[in-house]
Amino acid sequence: MIPGGELYLLRRGELKESHTLAVARKDGAYSVLEAVLKEGRDPAAVTAEVKDSGLRGRGGAGFPTGLKWTFMPDPEKDKRSRYLAVNADESEPGTCKDRVLLREDPHGLIEGCLLAAYAMRLDAVYVYVRGEYRLPYQRMQAAIDEARAAGLVGERILGSDFSCEVHMHKGAGAYICGEETGMMESLEGKRGHPRPKPPFPAGFGLWGQPTTVNNVESIFNVPFIVERGAAWFRGMGTEASPGNFLCGISGHVERPGVYEVPLGINAKTILQEYAGGVWKGRALKAWIPGGSSTGLLPGELIDTPMDHDSIKAAGSMFGTGAMIILDETACTVRASQVIARFYDHESCGQCSQCREGTQWLSEIFTRLETGRGTAADIDNLERLARNMAPGKTICALADAAAIPTLAVVRHFRDELLAHVEAGGCPLESRPSESRAGEEVPA
Amino acid sequence: MALPAPLVAELTELVKKYPEKRAGLIPALHRCQEELDGWLTPETLEEVAAFFELEPVEVYGVASFYPMFNLRPVGRHVIGVCHNISCDLRGAQEVVRQVCELTGAPVGGTSPDGKFSVRTLECQGACASAPMFDLDGVYHEDLDSAKVAEILGGLS
Repeated sequence: MIPGGELYLLRRGELKESHTLAVARKDGAYSVLEAVLKEGRDPAAVTAEVKDSGLRGRGGAGFPTGLKWTFMPDPEKDKRSRYLAVNADESEPGTCKDRVLLREDPHGLIEGCLLAAYAMRLDAVYVYVRGEYRLPYQRMQAAIDEARAAGLVGERILGSDFSCEVHMHKGAGAYICGEETGMMESLEGKRGHPRPKPPFPAGFGLWGQPTTVNNVESIFNVPFIVERGAAWFRGMGTEASPGNFLCGISGHVERPGVYEVPLGINAKTILQEYAGGVWKGRALKAWIPGGSSTGLLPGELIDTPMDHDSIKAAGSMFGTGAMIILDETACTVRASQVIARFYDHESCGQCSQCREGTQWLSEIFTRLETGRGTAADIDNLERLARNMAPGKTICALADAAAIPTLAVVRHFRDELLAHVEAGGCPLESRPSESRAGEEVPA
Repeated sequence: MALPAPLVAELTELVKKYPEKRAGLIPALHRCQEELDGWLTPETLEEVAAFFELEPVEVYGVASFYPMFNLRPVGRHVIGVCHNISCDLRGAQEVVRQVCELTGAPVGGTSPDGKFSVRTLECQGACASAPMFDLDGVYHEDLDSAKVAEILGGLS
């Protein structure tokens, strides 16, 4: 089904008992690591291969992974400990892809961690998994234990001079810990308050030591790139965004799921061919290309390639490639209300623009949806969002709330106005409530 | 009340994977919550603080930052219904309503018999199998009203 490509990210995970060492090894797990160690390959050459492949981070920002690795200081000159923190705090609404890799192919991820550790000459790897992912955590921990018993993790791996520990670490339900410096604070046992940057993690990371933070799917790509080469990887996807990616598609579709597709595939193809189209034979009203922080786009723009540059040109962002589909009966004000509530809930509270701004966005969308909004509120949304972002706060959470707000005002101003004129949501009768899912005090 | 000895032994082992002891704090709070009545009492927080050689307020500051930590008693079963965008689009509000009706617990509260606590949760990363809830740490996905009734009906 993949035009001109092959499945590699999800292939092993479809085998029975794929999470066990026996099945994974029979399928070739750790063979790339073994070859690299046997040859005694130059660590810099491994980094160069990843850099040349053009792999872009799959956690949302799309920063080139190999380039990030080169920011680590030279270990000959800087004798401090060195770490990789793998970001498995998958919490951006719509995003549900890393869970599949952690659960179905933990050994693939561990091999990626070890190759990254070899390339950057690290001392240890910490995999930060959101606390709710209990089964993925257990699978990963069991896989690490099995790998350690087989001499694949720990001291002198496979009899070589290369030693590396891989540790699991459990978060506790805060989205902000997916922000790389928030994650490091959390891993140190503190509140997940993002750090001002600079200094950047490569210079001052975990415990003040050089650290790289990479997303699960980014690291998962590494063994394939090291084995098959940058040219192979560039044979898939687009010039600026090579490779396959895991597209989670959710919302109003017939077959929601996590599908492996090449970057640059048309979003319409994913919706129609993979997800079976908009559910119940309905028409498409709007779609979100890459998780809740990427602005929604009108249905007419579905005919757009799913890669960083194309989605940007269409007026949104690729993000985590997590498509959320809204059918013709959906209310974009309601959707915005739910999304705004999320960022209000998740703001860490350090920066006033974010702490106050996310709360106001949530309040105003709620007012509009429940019939208490005015025409001035639409301008207020825009004004607030422009005072929150870009670049006005320690981290990008304020941007993540502002971007979808500006998108709905831009593309669906008429629907916002219709809520003011109708004194509430004109689309369908909804349960009366003051706020979406407000909790009552216990 | 001191932390049970086996738990202290486990935490002692746990912190060894970090260069600094404090890094084990959040995993340790998880283990205490799992082992000790499903919530972190003020006494437990003080014991954890003593273990980590921190002020109790430091530990409270961390515990209260993270939504997974319960700082009040919870029912025998805890049901967290995701109500974020992907679940909302596929009927999460109806799941919340049905769960509250079947359990007798309000959102954010516990049923009068102490059996169920119900809460709404932000995105749980199960968007492609929405709607979903987490029941005592286990995901139940692709929910519909029959499935919800069956799962909750089977609980003692």
